[in-house]
Amino acid sequence: MTKPRKQIHLAAHFPGVNNTTVWSDPRSGSHIEFESFRRFARIAEDAKFDFLFLAEGLRLREQSGLIYDLDVVGRPDTFTVLAALAAVTDRLGLAGTINSTFNEPYEVARQFASLDHLSEGRAAWNVVTSWDAFTGENFRRGGYLPQDQRYERARAFLHAAQELFDSWQGDEIVGDKRTGQFLSGPRPGRFEVHDKFFDISGQFNVPRSPQGRPVILQAGDSDEGREFAAAEADAIFSRYGTLAEGQAFYSDVKDRMAKYGRARDQLVVLPAATFVLGDTDEEAKELANVVRHQQVSGQTAIKLLEQLWNRDLSAYDPDGPLPEIDPDTGEHTIARGRASVRMNRDPIAVAKQWRELAEANGYSIRELIIHVTGRQNFIGSPATVADSINDLVQQDAADGYILVPHITPDGLSEFAQKVVPLLQEKGVFRTDYSGTTLRDHLGLEPLKERTGVQV
Amino acid sequence: MPPESQGIHLAVALDGAGWHPAAWREPGAAAATELLRGRYWVDLVREAQAGLLDFVTIEDAFALQSSHWDAPDDRTDQVRGRLDAALIAARVAPVTEHIGLVPTVTTTHTEPFHVSKSLATLDYAGTGRAGWRVQVGGRGGEAALFGRRVLPRVVSPDLADPATLKLVAELFDEAADHVEAVRRLWDSWEDDAEIRDAATGRFVDRDKLHYIDFSGPQFSVRGPSITQRPPQGQPPVVALAHATVAYEFAAKSADVVLVTPHGEDSIAPILAEISTLRAATERAEDPLLVFADLVVFLDENEAGAVARKSQLDAAAGAEYVSDAQIFAGTSHDLADLLAAWSAAGLDGFRLRPAAIPHDLNSITRDLVPLLQERGLFRTEYQHDTLRGQLGLSRPANRYAAA
Repeated sequence: MTKPRKQIHLAAHFPGVNNTTVWSDPRSGSHIEFESFRRFARIAEDAKFDFLFLAEGLRLREQSGLIYDLDVVGRPDTFTVLAALAAVTDRLGLAGTINSTFNEPYEVARQFASLDHLSEGRAAWNVVTSWDAFTGENFRRGGYLPQDQRYERARAFLHAAQELFDSWQGDEIVGDKRTGQFLSGPRPGRFEVHDKFFDISGQFNVPRSPQGRPVILQAGDSDEGREFAAAEADAIFSRYGTLAEGQAFYSDVKDRMAKYGRARDQLVVLPAATFVLGDTDEEAKELANVVRHQQVSGQTAIKLLEQLWNRDLSAYDPDGPLPEIDPDTGEHTIARGRASVRMNRDPIAVAKQWRELAEANGYSIRELIIHVTGRQNFIGSPATVADSINDLVQQDAADGYILVPHITPDGLSEFAQKVVPLLQEKGVFRTDYSGTTLRDHLGLEPLKERTGVQV
Repeated sequence: MPPESQGIHLAVALDGAGWHPAAWREPGAAAATELLRGRYWVDLVREAQAGLLDFVTIEDAFALQSSHWDAPDDRTDQVRGRLDAALIAARVAPVTEHIGLVPTVTTTHTEPFHVSKSLATLDYAGTGRAGWRVQVGGRGGEAALFGRRVLPRVVSPDLADPATLKLVAELFDEAADHVEAVRRLWDSWEDDAEIRDAATGRFVDRDKLHYIDFSGPQFSVRGPSITQRPPQGQPPVVALAHATVAYEFAAKSADVVLVTPHGEDSIAPILAEISTLRAATERAEDPLLVFADLVVFLDENEAGAVARKSQLDAAAGAEYVSDAQIFAGTSHDLADLLAAWSAAGLDGFRLRPAAIPHDLNSITRDLVPLLQERGLFRTEYQHDTLRGQLGLSRPANRYAAA
């Protein structure tokens, strides 16, 4: 008895502002000119990827009170790039992160519904929350959302947006020129949301979009984040690229779905993954080591170490040993506007671990950071990488991957040209799109027609 | 072709199926659901580009369209529903080459930080062709969509009503703050801030990134922008203005002001008032172009144009009225009018086609050649950017060391 082989989902992430991108490489293109995004999208669509993904930035990151200048800095507006990409692609899903804290449901719903119309059903929304006063300094709301309200507000925001998406049923526009009837009835798009966070009402002014609403993505890893995804999301990102960790995450989030009445295949699990390809596995390993050293310069190693230590470590030699002093466990002040900082819940314990690792292997600061941060997920010949991806997906460590190349925009093309055909030969990746919408690509059931009475 | 300064600038205002409420019923009009598709807008903007127009504006508002100024109506016989104008412009940008793209974006309920990066990115997607038609949103119903503030309810749109004037003045003050914050954010990156200096490991020169520290009664913004300075440096800001309170805003904040003279005689006083107001602002030295808005019904002869308007009025059940002067006649007569109004001191015109595609095509295919014959309009695009098209130089960055 064999399980039917799963079809792999692939997405492409145009990397944002972290040290994944090797900007010093001469092949590395602009991160702001539209042409880079167009090329990236064309590569992804020609390879029949499910979707392209863009993250969002709302404040330039700072470290030790200065704008962080070692990584790519600056990026375009997510919605605007996705709408422009709709003009130069036909099938590729267009996914973007939009923050639910520094936006209002009416405006975001309007933008996503518009994007879904303008792309003929290809929009997706990665719902994130932020709560820091640092980012808030750029926005009307300013302020600070307590951590325990993060998901509560995000859920309220998403529910408000869904009320708006559902406020038009899809059959309101008659457009009978002869009789002069444009609408089937008066007052379309009526909605009301009154809860702890929102008090809004009126008529939504974007008619129902091709997908009904954008595909909902979620990236949270906490217990609340996983629950949120199991209840609400169509796809979830993760950082678990290995077999054991991937399987644990996969079964955990899918097991949570039943209580929301959802089938397990209606949440697509997509870990983020980097890759380095070579003609042989050996060559790829060597290349991967070079790339890691490019990604983590001595300066970058010190900056990343400071983020755990929460101290100024600029006096330390990156080629020397780790600091003997412990991290400052007080309020985190060294780095601001950087999500990864918040993952280190117990810096003293992590520092101890890192020191032991460094001592055991004779690592300098830089070697240690290269080792403990962001090693590439898939390293090898195209055949090796295709096998690894397929094995991981068939063994339920993932449903597919969001690939993040370290050279933008053209770093994706090597994967597209060399690995994708092998996956297609195995019969586990589409050779052409069978549907037109992103929901189609992801194998999501059409949304149920909304029934019941409008408010 | 005479020097550009002697020619006129020409824009069209795109909205749904056209500006007449019954335009969607015209035999040549697109099917109702087409108004929500990208290809509809691409076709319209390409038509305008084929006519060598300076720019298109795209109407927008947060509230559903209504025939009542501050409340929903129950009408089912007019176009209802629209898409976000800035995203329509973005959808059009990569598949057009020369024409300026000027979406309407409201200041009252939006974040300057988001608006700034959205328009900067449109300028990248359109390689220097973005503009911003600033609009305030004073309808109480719009505030309820956001639930963040309550606007005082006013009983009349008439500025003679003190309560209305007070609200409108406050909204324009906020709009001026909004534009100022956005302009600072556009300048918050110097043009050469991105250095990619492999030797020092620095991607940017942080001395060329600037906090803007805007602070006003409605919002404060720290900056810098997340997005690099747009290709034009400062995409043109366009404002529609009918009265002193709005002229003041335009004088302070805009590069192009759209006015609504009714008759040639009303042009000079408007120009004089705007000129005086501009001279009193910090931007006195920068050009402020004045365009007149006109709603146009065009046909092969005047009687035909008038008949078209009458038929549309009959279909709508009411005579069409507008804040702008309505012109119904031939392209030849319209060219005469534009020439005369241009001679009276206007820099250009924003034509609102009563019905699309009929009146849009008449503008691009009939009116434009007539203006070209008279040496009043360009015969080819001569600039890569919207600022260039409008004769505006690329501005220095306010934060750059001189």
